[in-house]
Amino acid sequence: MGVEGIGASVVRKEDKRFITGKGRYVDDIKLQGMTHAHFIRSPHAHAKVKGIDSAEALKMPGVVAVLTGQQIVDDKVGNLICGWAITSKDGSPMKMGAWPAMAPETVRFVGQAVAVVIAETKNLARDAAEAVVVDYEELPAVADVHAAIKAGAPQLHPEAPGNQVYDWVIGDEGATDAAFSKAANVVKLDVTNNRLAPNAMEPRAAIADYDSAEEHFTLYTTSQNPHVARLVLSAFYNIAPEHKLRVIAPDVGGGFGSKIFIYPEEMVALWASKKVGRPVKWTGDRTEAFLTDAHGRDHVTHAEMAFDANNNITGLKVKTYANFGAYMSLFSSSVPTYLYATLLSGQYNIPAIHAEVIGVYTNTTPVDAYRGAGRPEASYLIERLMETAARQLKVDPAALRRQNFITQFPHQTPVIMAYDTGDFNASLDAAMKAIDYAGFAARKAKAKADGMLRGIGVSCYIEACGIAPSKAVGSLGAGVGLWESAEVRVNPVGTIEILTGSHSHGQGHETTFCQLVAERLGIPISQVSIVHGDTDKVQFGMGTYGSRSAAVGLTAILKAMEKMEAKAKKIAAHALEASEADIVIENGEFKVTGTDKAIALPMVALAAYTAHNLPDGMEPGLKESAFYDPTNFTFPAGAYICEVEVDPGTGKTSFVNFVAADDFGRLINPMIVEGQVHGGLAQGIGQALLEHAIYDANGQPVTASFMDYSMPRADDLPSFKLSHTTTLCPGNPLGIKGCGEAGAIGASAAVINAITDAIGKNNLEMPATPDRVWRTIHAA
Amino acid sequence: MSTVKLTVNGKAVAVDVEDRTLLVQLLRDHLNLTGTHVGCDTSQCGACVVHMDGKAVKSCTMLAGQADGANVTTIEGIARGDELHPMQAAFRDNHGLQCGYCTPGMIMSAIDIVHRHGGELDEATVRQELEGNICRCTGYHNIVKAVLDAAGRMKVSQAAE
Repeated sequence: MGVEGIGASVVRKEDKRFITGKGRYVDDIKLQGMTHAHFIRSPHAHAKVKGIDSAEALKMPGVVAVLTGQQIVDDKVGNLICGWAITSKDGSPMKMGAWPAMAPETVRFVGQAVAVVIAETKNLARDAAEAVVVDYEELPAVADVHAAIKAGAPQLHPEAPGNQVYDWVIGDEGATDAAFSKAANVVKLDVTNNRLAPNAMEPRAAIADYDSAEEHFTLYTTSQNPHVARLVLSAFYNIAPEHKLRVIAPDVGGGFGSKIFIYPEEMVALWASKKVGRPVKWTGDRTEAFLTDAHGRDHVTHAEMAFDANNNITGLKVKTYANFGAYMSLFSSSVPTYLYATLLSGQYNIPAIHAEVIGVYTNTTPVDAYRGAGRPEASYLIERLMETAARQLKVDPAALRRQNFITQFPHQTPVIMAYDTGDFNASLDAAMKAIDYAGFAARKAKAKADGMLRGIGVSCYIEACGIAPSKAVGSLGAGVGLWESAEVRVNPVGTIEILTGSHSHGQGHETTFCQLVAERLGIPISQVSIVHGDTDKVQFGMGTYGSRSAAVGLTAILKAMEKMEAKAKKIAAHALEASEADIVIENGEFKVTGTDKAIALPMVALAAYTAHNLPDGMEPGLKESAFYDPTNFTFPAGAYICEVEVDPGTGKTSFVNFVAADDFGRLINPMIVEGQVHGGLAQGIGQALLEHAIYDANGQPVTASFMDYSMPRADDLPSFKLSHTTTLCPGNPLGIKGCGEAGAIGASAAVINAITDAIGKNNLEMPATPDRVWRTIHAA
Repeated sequence: MSTVKLTVNGKAVAVDVEDRTLLVQLLRDHLNLTGTHVGCDTSQCGACVVHMDGKAVKSCTMLAGQADGANVTTIEGIARGDELHPMQAAFRDNHGLQCGYCTPGMIMSAIDIVHRHGGELDEATVRQELEGNICRCTGYHNIVKAVLDAAGRMKVSQAAE
């Protein structure tokens, strides 16, 4: 490893612009003649739109237009789509209700847009929105999954009787029933995985600019995947053919999944820009983010785990109700099915698994992928079950896990996934050592003497990342392939541009991707730049989510680099009059091995472009591209243990210690990897202790600002102790597994296991607020 | 409309704004100082923190008119040419930022924290003082490290002056 190569904790190249205020986010961009959009949103969870009167608003100063849902339908802008087809157990396709970008007839959640005001300034647009009168006829609404599936419940979509989207199953029901019939012990658990609001700090924003001469649109948007946005806007929403639509996602202030999806606001901005003949900008405020960014989680699950007389797991049965909200968001259908139930084997040998997932419509904000997407729900369920089992079977929870760990790889689970490699004992050992697990009993006794309740909680997670092998996901219903592309451009002076379809919105690609180049060519990262986030610059890409950018995106860069290096070696060999096989690349030079003959990279590059003396038949130039399609998912795994103290007088939980031992395969930049873990842990702890997107029974959101929704703040969290164990991923040449979601996947179970250990009561739902913990402690 | 006269990053400016204009709007929309961000509109997240007469304020929660006659410093105004402020350098060196959106407000709050506490900062104090700044990326771990690191650097640079 060089000082800037693979494995070096290089400080980030992108930081200078962020720490000096020179970042360029969508809302920072101003276009000539730009107008501003403000959406008129439903205050009702379910209502008929009887009429919209915009006459007064249109007379107000600075108002350019008021556009309605009926107009967008009349102009044949397509309805929003869900890109993953799920088939119910009876063979029927999932049942989707229509989702127009603005509602012409019926609104189904608070915050759904019915019209938009376009005005000269943002304030004037807001003023005019106040003057638009929408006549609503309120309808009964339902927010809870169990209420929604009851007979007589308010119905959201005629296409989905009983509000059911699908009833999907996975695994072998017969084998699972047989395991349970022979079980020595059965452990049962009901858990709710609380609904969360993603809350990237940058609210979503869009600027659409229509050029009538070229019939061409440019969209600046807060996207994790601008090419997917262009594809969907073009192929399904009839905005423009792809070559007439450029999508730019500049600096993006966090995503966590919520900026994967193509939202109504971008569609409306594009459509409105053409209608008014001027650029249209929309920047959401925080309450709009709470109301319209796709939420995460929201599962209600009953699970049972069967054990034999030796405490070996023999079977698992799971039934989950997944709340989809009012509409099926872009990848929502896949989250509680193929991203959730396929991970239900956890780190354990479970011979038989059967899971049933029922997707349900409610009058709430749509739910889709949020950091981890299905995998946190699976991990939380399994790790709560293991802890519950240890308590019921009266064995040490770490020992019960260890006894049931998968130790032979590859391992085929009963729920599709084939784990390629791992060492679960190693990560559990590392975490137990880091937290001094053996000394816990003495610490608990001491805390008790001080009147405090001390608890320790283990969580051993596994996740499927590196999303994903295209053929495999295609066979499971995905509407897209999940490869990644890259291009390596060596300029005539030897500097390098890497074009990637991955998108960086905090992950540090501008540094880590350069580190691969530095590693291979021995040049400083200052001579490499990363180009991303613009469909006019990068040919195609699938974007960043599912911890895929290193495992898939960086591998694509590696493949392109290999092609470029092969050509460069030919040029160098020709220039040095040596055999191509004898050329090695070191410190920015192409050397003839075993001699002092060498030619520097800039000279090779110049030779490629002057083309005065190239090998016979070689094309000029030094630029190569590659598409990389992974062969399998990757399987990051690890062990998290936290030690907490609960004050029985207030119910407040404080962290004593939080340790994480992760196996991510090869690390490119350990500093950045650890930063990803810190952030994930904070989101997992936030879910466990603080966060909950709450609706009342009528579908009114109760938590629609940072004053109502409890975001983790600095004094809610501890400093973390991280360590790494390593098994290299055999599925990609760099051995990378991915690290972006692990913290959010593994943390919440560790916290709840620790609190329930402290208070001596097993049933405690998230978020474990002081009020809820106090009531649990003092419940009869 | 009113004319607001103030000094921003050492430069005297006079801006005609609607009376309801917020300080953050004056900075971003009228002066094109887009390093100051808006993250929540309710004075919770601190992405909009700037210094007014040497103290940290949330620029989304005050009218531009309230800054009339004041000396305002934004994230764009704390480096001396190419020389980063020690807090900026500490955020970079400790990987105290990821997406960068909360970062300007974090840095401006953190400088104020160090000024108020001098060299007496510890982890618990930094965590408590950062209550008014929300970050969704870093879990605060490296932000806390950065602030403590910068507190030491700022002491050294003050001593040198």
